[in-house]
Amino acid sequence: MANAVEQKNLKVIVFQLADKEYAIPVSHVKGIEKLMHITRVPKTARFVKGVINLRGVVTPVIDLRERFELPISENEETTRIIIITLETMEVGFVVDSANDVLDIDSESIEQQPEVVGSLEEEFIAGVAKLDNRLLILLHLDKVLNPLD
Amino acid sequence: MELNQYLEMFIEESKEHLQACGEHLLELEKNPEDLAIVSEIFRSAHTLKGMSATMGFEDLADLTHKMENVLDAIRNEKIKVTSEIFDVVFESVDHLEEMVYDIANGGNGKRDVQLTVEKLKLIESGETAATTVASVPAIAMPNAETKMDAAKLKLSYDDFEKTVLLQSSEQDYTAYEITVALREDCLLKAARVFMVFEILEKNGDVIKSHPTVERLEEEQFDHEFYVAFISKENAEDLQKMLMKVSEVESVEVNEIHQDVFTQSVTSNAQVEEHVQVINVPTTVEAEPAAQPAQKSQATNNSSKATGHTSSKTIRVNIERLDILMNLFEELAIDRGRLLSIASEVNHGELNETVERMSRTMGDLQNIVLTMRMVPVETVFNRFPKMVRQLSRDLNKKITLDVIGAETELDRTVIDEIGDPLVHLIRNSVDHGIESPEDRRAKGKPEEGTVQLRAYHSGNYVFIEIEDDGAGINRDRVLAKALSKGIVTQEQSLTMTDKQINELILASGFSTAEVISDVSGRGVGLDVVKTTIESLGGNISIDSTQNVGSVFSIQLPLTLSIISVMLVEIEKEIYAIPLSSIIETSIIRNTDILNAHNQKVIDFRGKVVPLVFLEEIFEVPRKELKEDGFHSVVIVRKGDKLAGLVVDSFIGQQEIVLKSLGNYLTNIFAISGATILGNGKVALIVDCNALMK
Repeated sequence: MANAVEQKNLKVIVFQLADKEYAIPVSHVKGIEKLMHITRVPKTARFVKGVINLRGVVTPVIDLRERFELPISENEETTRIIIITLETMEVGFVVDSANDVLDIDSESIEQQPEVVGSLEEEFIAGVAKLDNRLLILLHLDKVLNPLD
Repeated sequence: MELNQYLEMFIEESKEHLQACGEHLLELEKNPEDLAIVSEIFRSAHTLKGMSATMGFEDLADLTHKMENVLDAIRNEKIKVTSEIFDVVFESVDHLEEMVYDIANGGNGKRDVQLTVEKLKLIESGETAATTVASVPAIAMPNAETKMDAAKLKLSYDDFEKTVLLQSSEQDYTAYEITVALREDCLLKAARVFMVFEILEKNGDVIKSHPTVERLEEEQFDHEFYVAFISKENAEDLQKMLMKVSEVESVEVNEIHQDVFTQSVTSNAQVEEHVQVINVPTTVEAEPAAQPAQKSQATNNSSKATGHTSSKTIRVNIERLDILMNLFEELAIDRGRLLSIASEVNHGELNETVERMSRTMGDLQNIVLTMRMVPVETVFNRFPKMVRQLSRDLNKKITLDVIGAETELDRTVIDEIGDPLVHLIRNSVDHGIESPEDRRAKGKPEEGTVQLRAYHSGNYVFIEIEDDGAGINRDRVLAKALSKGIVTQEQSLTMTDKQINELILASGFSTAEVISDVSGRGVGLDVVKTTIESLGGNISIDSTQNVGSVFSIQLPLTLSIISVMLVEIEKEIYAIPLSSIIETSIIRNTDILNAHNQKVIDFRGKVVPLVFLEEIFEVPRKELKEDGFHSVVIVRKGDKLAGLVVDSFIGQQEIVLKSLGNYLTNIFAISGATILGNGKVALIVDCNALMK
């Protein structure tokens, strides 16, 4: 029952990265934090920015721009860290800004149109059209697991 | 009833009861006449049985039940305690432990215990066969707890059976106790029994019979037998149906009333109070009624029971303690900020308040930390039984002395230290203590002693295992180490006795000439050494040939707090565990020598390689730092030294260890992180990874 409802109406957090809008199911989001001091962790993948002190818990932070190989930008006032929980993992995503909480009708979610050569494609679970906005739904498992 | 939420509690309590069984059994072995100890064991077994039946672990309940029968027979002086009986009971406890561990690991607690059950039955029936058959066999002997019902009930029921009988009434079944008497001149008793059972099984379910079905089939009963039975038929019809079987003298069908059981169950509530309170709230209400009848025994029980569980405690999930600790740290960081603000503002009242807050927080910190401390007893108490079993297997006479079991250690250390200790004690028992003949020949008492002791000293806890056995044969150890290439001939010449002793901890070393079942299996003591070192401790061995050996383990009080040296590289702060550091020093550029592309320094006559942390950690540097001096932290791993080059030392500090979480695992040369006073995260350097 609960599943059916969930499938019909998916509540997501919408965030901005470069010029696109992405969405993550709200059930995986633990919180949205302002940018804080990040301690670099040596000998890790380039997109791992480091770790932060999240109320006493050391939490790793991933730069999603780097993860998706988008052009790197300076941190702005709007830059946020979205804290994601997936199974036993807790990870922060650095994003340009966190915009919205939206309900998406699951019927409006479509497969990502096949585009060859896009790295991003790997991370995408689908796209949702909402009026004239296009939301890209992330495949969290893939984002968190190193590709190689 | 939702059982899952009680599972954890069930497991914990079962372990405790089994532990108690084990301990009391050992005690009983020393004083076989003391029936009070039997009662203690019986009570633990009884509670365990009740709990496992309630939780639906029938195999567990069943084996406990069989064991309980034997204990009951001992308690009622029907059978004498012999060492064979001990072995079988110990075996049962071992099986029960395995079952409980299986459940704890997510299993269903099933295990093939047929052999043990047979043995238990033999013990139980061996004695009953000697007394007049079936007059009052042990099984029918009502337990002390159910004595008051003896007048009403012909059969005694364990908790599992009671539960079934009680639940039957909820499903419109009626519980009956049926007494069937055959005629004196009955020729085919077994056939009649068969016919009676056939009728019963068509009309309901037989819960229990006395004597057991097997014995009924073997005609091992007089002329009467009893059956506990649930059925939807009424008593009169049942009676009539059964009377149709020829050669049946009389049939008595009595309904079992529920309250008979609720009453007897409450007597157990004395012992299993905390379980019952949650599982069966109704029994608590009934308790006062049952108490007068129970009075003498109850007072007896409770005084002893409280002696065990004594101080009031509650179980807290360790994760909650971790959360508490995290929150506390946040508070501590804020306190730091408040302190600096207060000193800037320099306001009298503010200063005073902040200072008082600081003191309270100091106390609070102590409490939070000590909450994680557990007495080593929880690990130690499994050893007496182990040593007993080992000495029997090896035909040796050994006593184990345990000293300082109340010494407290952090829970995380406790969890890890058990296996290494098992190894070391096995080693002492197997290789250390000689056989009684050898000992006599050496002029030692036949009985060897292994002493296990724990004590605090400074910020460490020491655990020592001392035996008065053969000691380590220096020459044999050395010969073996040479043959295995663990040391070279040259090295061996300069080694001290202690160093040679400690060779037995090297990987790939096993002194046993014949690999025995006990300590062989190809697992060496090197595993012990590795585990202890991973806990931030170390192990040393002292041994004198023919006098004995002492294995001494030094462990940090807690794993969550360690002393570190904070160092700075560019703008980054790293923590180096003090346990690895030998000393710090400032060296000149000119002190650095080049050896095969490796920069080294001469440190007190030793050539020590330098490790530039800046390079290892790829620290981004804006401008080259060059003032002709280097700050070096000399660290060690075993006998090897290395110099870690950093920009500057900040100072020594106690820090709370944090993991980097499940996403970042196995990062080179980083063993964890901590949160500094300013709220920033600092990484902890894993010195062991930096040295090959």
